[in-house]
Amino acid sequence: MHGLSTFEPKNGFVKWLEARLPILSFAHGSFVAFPTPKNLNYWWTFGGILSFMLIAQIVTGVVLTMHYTPESTLAFGSVEKIMRDVNWGWMLRYAHSNGASMFFFAVYIHMFRGIYYGSYKSPREVLWILGVIIFLLMMATGFMGYVLPWGQMSFWGATVITNLFSAIPLVGDDITVWLWGGFSVDNPTLNRFFALHYLLPFMIVAVVALHVWALHVCGQNNPDGVEVQDIHKDCVPFTPHATMKDSVGIAFFLILYCWFIFYIPNYLGDADNYIPANPMKTPAHIVPEWYFLPYYAILRSIPNKLAGVIAMFAAIAILAFLPWLDTSKVRSGKYRPIFRIFFWIFVASGIGLGYLGAMPPEGGYVLAARILGVVYFGFFVVVLPLLGLFEKTTPVPASIADAVLARTGSASSVAASAASAPQTKG
Amino acid sequence: MAFTRKIGFVAAAVFAAVAIASPVLRAEEPPGFAEAPSPERQNWSFSGFFGTFDKPQLQRGFKVYKEVCSNCHELRIPFRTLGQPGGPGFSEDQVKALAATYTIHDGPNLAGDMFDRPGRASDYFPPPFPNPEAAAAALGAVPPEMSLIAKSIKFERGFPNFVFDALPIPGLGIYQEVGPDLIYAILHGYTKEDDPNWNLYFPGHKIAMAKPLADGQVDYTDGAPTTLSQYSKDVAAFLAWAAEPTLEVRKRVGLRVMLFLFLLAGLVYFAKKRVWSDVAH
Ligand code: HEC
Ligand code: HEM
Repeated sequence: MHGLSTFEPKNGFVKWLEARLPILSFAHGSFVAFPTPKNLNYWWTFGGILSFMLIAQIVTGVVLTMHYTPESTLAFGSVEKIMRDVNWGWMLRYAHSNGASMFFFAVYIHMFRGIYYGSYKSPREVLWILGVIIFLLMMATGFMGYVLPWGQMSFWGATVITNLFSAIPLVGDDITVWLWGGFSVDNPTLNRFFALHYLLPFMIVAVVALHVWALHVCGQNNPDGVEVQDIHKDCVPFTPHATMKDSVGIAFFLILYCWFIFYIPNYLGDADNYIPANPMKTPAHIVPEWYFLPYYAILRSIPNKLAGVIAMFAAIAILAFLPWLDTSKVRSGKYRPIFRIFFWIFVASGIGLGYLGAMPPEGGYVLAARILGVVYFGFFVVVLPLLGLFEKTTPVPASIADAVLARTGSASSVAASAASAPQTKG
Repeated sequence: MAFTRKIGFVAAAVFAAVAIASPVLRAEEPPGFAEAPSPERQNWSFSGFFGTFDKPQLQRGFKVYKEVCSNCHELRIPFRTLGQPGGPGFSEDQVKALAATYTIHDGPNLAGDMFDRPGRASDYFPPPFPNPEAAAAALGAVPPEMSLIAKSIKFERGFPNFVFDALPIPGLGIYQEVGPDLIYAILHGYTKEDDPNWNLYFPGHKIAMAKPLADGQVDYTDGAPTTLSQYSKDVAAFLAWAAEPTLEVRKRVGLRVMLFLFLLAGLVYFAKKRVWSDVAH
């Protein structure tokens, strides 16, 4: 998309640099002049919040690494040393461990936002798929990070999850041994997880760069789900408008984040992880971190291990197919009354599965997880394909400017937008 | 906006559904299994927004630990921690004198021999047993090392309590003292006169630790009551401090950070309003 203003270097050095590496005009075009739909709401600030959290995780992670020892007999003690003896170590560690949760909290909101407003639809399919890849990399990073303090839940979580690979027919056991670097989760496992935990966030940075690139090719979606037609009427420049709005989002998000760091730093963690890893003693309940719980519930709801593993991975992979599963031509949920109902059922099924993932896999919990699992998958493979065919959508405004006018109260433009919007099915 | 409004609705619906479904869904307990009751929430000086440790209480708790618990439980922290700010407030000399009462096995010296010497402030409390196996052989189970016990033991809070635990509501929320409450409860849980290894609050009720504390067992010099109740409170507070000696500074810094952030968020919000004031959106 073309920007709302142009970059005209006046300074001699800037001109010199521009002729050799036009990085400043690139930055200006991407983060200053970039046209932002003016009807974006605060759910759109979560992209900025996520960028902030990624940087926060990298900064705290790099400093933690200066004090952390990735060796199975020393790791737990080195983390406690960080907590007790390193200056501000407790803050770094709590910022990093709660930062992971905040990162996932933000990414879930970001993804639900995308689903509600149809942000995955053409022409943003690649943008969406890059997002799913980021999500997968985050999950791998979070999982391996949780292993590093080498507490009971680190060890047993790693054991349960790596054991899943043994369900693969024929080669499963060999793969598991290869992953472990031995015949059980042990020091070699910890070492490689640490190496990968350091590496993956930088791969996330790279995929985020692609994600933003794709975003800047297609432009942002918006709550009304109509494409920008005239950037002068529909958009505002990224700076100062979006920059300020994102700053508001980040500032309020920081309040939540700091509430966790300073007042309830262990709320989201499992008490068992303050017991050093002991391969001879299995904890009563092995529970992953909260952000994996919905998938964990799906895994455990299926008695066959291989089928459970497939269902769990499918629950994530299916997100990548959303652009083609959703057949509706109307993008935003704002104009899709039936979709909206199913969307909230879908959200509730996700939260419900999360709750069940934390419960013991017994009795009615398993049955409930099966029902919610069916609801979860049903949303993708039944509801979304069929809704496009049968749903009667409400009139879509002709443009962003019209939508804004309709909301800020000019009668003539409301009529105009209603008249110009085709009353279509799908 | 519809999206925002509905979130509240969905949250309420999920809340209600879980509240109703959860007890129904839980599997039947195996016969003979008696569910341990949830310990009561105690008043702790270190809970809440402004929590700080009560120095005399930590000193008493340390005395209980030293005279009773340390016979079986290791506490893997260095003596010097006792003199750090935000702790029991022992002076440097007191810490040195205390350390010197312990014998530390050290070496090898230049002649290649191991030797015993009096402890120094930088030494760790020596463990009561040479290894966990020896402890288990003597006591029937390994007594857990105590430096993190206040953070590593828990009881199920259940729904909806666990939601409120996270909220900034004094007295009801900000609940981070599950561990100390459970320690306090376990020390009070020996309710069967004829069975010193039966504990109301221990999962499964059979505990290898026989009732360790009783009224009048430890002498207090500051006039505090020498009762089981007072002992357990003091030792639980001491263990909470040992598990997180940086708690005071965390809460103090947190308060400033929060004040700053509220100010920042307000300013940024009004600046944003200003920037957007000429744009219909
Ligand atoms: C006679 C030895 C002995 C003494 C003295 C002793 N303990 Fe224990 N303690 C044990 C043993 C053994 C266990 C392990 C119990 C088990 O696993 O069944 C234990 C376990 C515990 C637990 C863990 C309960 C859990 O949920 O895992 C706590 C808390 C505890 N002791 C606190 C104390 C405190 C506080 C004192 C001092 C007032 C103390 N103990 C004194 C032997 C002792
Ligand atoms: C995508 C961003 C990241 C996520 C989601 C993440 C997540 C986590 C998690 C969940 C833990 C366990 C925390 C605990 O319970 O103690 C952890 C620990 C750790 N992480 Fe990260 N991390 C990220 C980035 C990084 C980076 C970039 C580094 C280093 C450059 C790093 C270094 C460490 C170290 C050294 C630990 C062990 C110390 C500890 O347990 O607190 N992390 N990480």
